[in-house]
Amino acid sequence: MEAADVIGAVSIGVAGGMLAGLVGVGGGVLFVPGLVVFLGLAQIDAGATSLVAVVLVGAVGGWRQRSYGNLRLRDGVALALFSPVGVVAGVLVAHAVGERVLELSFAAVQLVMAAQLVRRIASADRPSEASSG
Amino acid sequence: MADRSRCGAPPVDDRAALLPPQLLRLAVIATAAGAFSALFGVGGGTLIVPLLVLWMGYGEREATGTSLAAIVGIAAVGAVAHGLYGNVHLLEGLLIGVPAVGGVIAGTALQQRVPERAVSAVFAALLVASAVVLVV
Repeated sequence: MEAADVIGAVSIGVAGGMLAGLVGVGGGVLFVPGLVVFLGLAQIDAGATSLVAVVLVGAVGGWRQRSYGNLRLRDGVALALFSPVGVVAGVLVAHAVGERVLELSFAAVQLVMAAQLVRRIASADRPSEASSG
Repeated sequence: MADRSRCGAPPVDDRAALLPPQLLRLAVIATAAGAFSALFGVGGGTLIVPLLVLWMGYGEREATGTSLAAIVGIAAVGAVAHGLYGNVHLLEGLLIGVPAVGGVIAGTALQQRVPERAVSAVFAALLVASAVVLVV
């Protein structure tokens, strides 16, 4: 492990944490490639290892958001409790229809959500309708 | 998602039937997030946050805070399961995770200072990027 690699890993850790704090994802999208590129982990080990960082980020980020008044803890716990159903369902469905179909479906869902978010932003930009005549 | 067909219906008084539909929606969101993270190795936050905003009327900041809390549980189960197979490298995880804690403290603080619409805009860009990665 060379100094440059450590600096790279630390930098991508900070960047992933910043992203997590800003948009509420775990940061794995940056941690996984960081672990592969800078620390030489195999892809499957990187995915597993990034979860350690995600747990830390989620715990501290959730705690900070709670103090800002932005955490609905009961809903968060419910989401965590139901998610294993999805893990099992995802594996079963992937075996049934193939992973490629799932990839494309998720991509489609994400594009639809992106479009809806943009539409929301656009409608929020408009001045209050009450004053329009 | 099946509920999407009712989008055009007049708004229902949410308080009249608060708990079961709410809980059902949370279950559907959690299932999608669990499936996503199990198959693609990264967390379900990219699904949880927009679905909380678009489908449950969350504010952006609330959605991100609640998503982070949910992710702790989801990732912890995954980490333990992978750990049993010996795939977790604790030292490397901490080397990235400890600086990431500094990052998330800064990121959440910064988020309080930007408009919620900006959070949505960044998220929309992230969704498009994620979709592209999935397709390619």
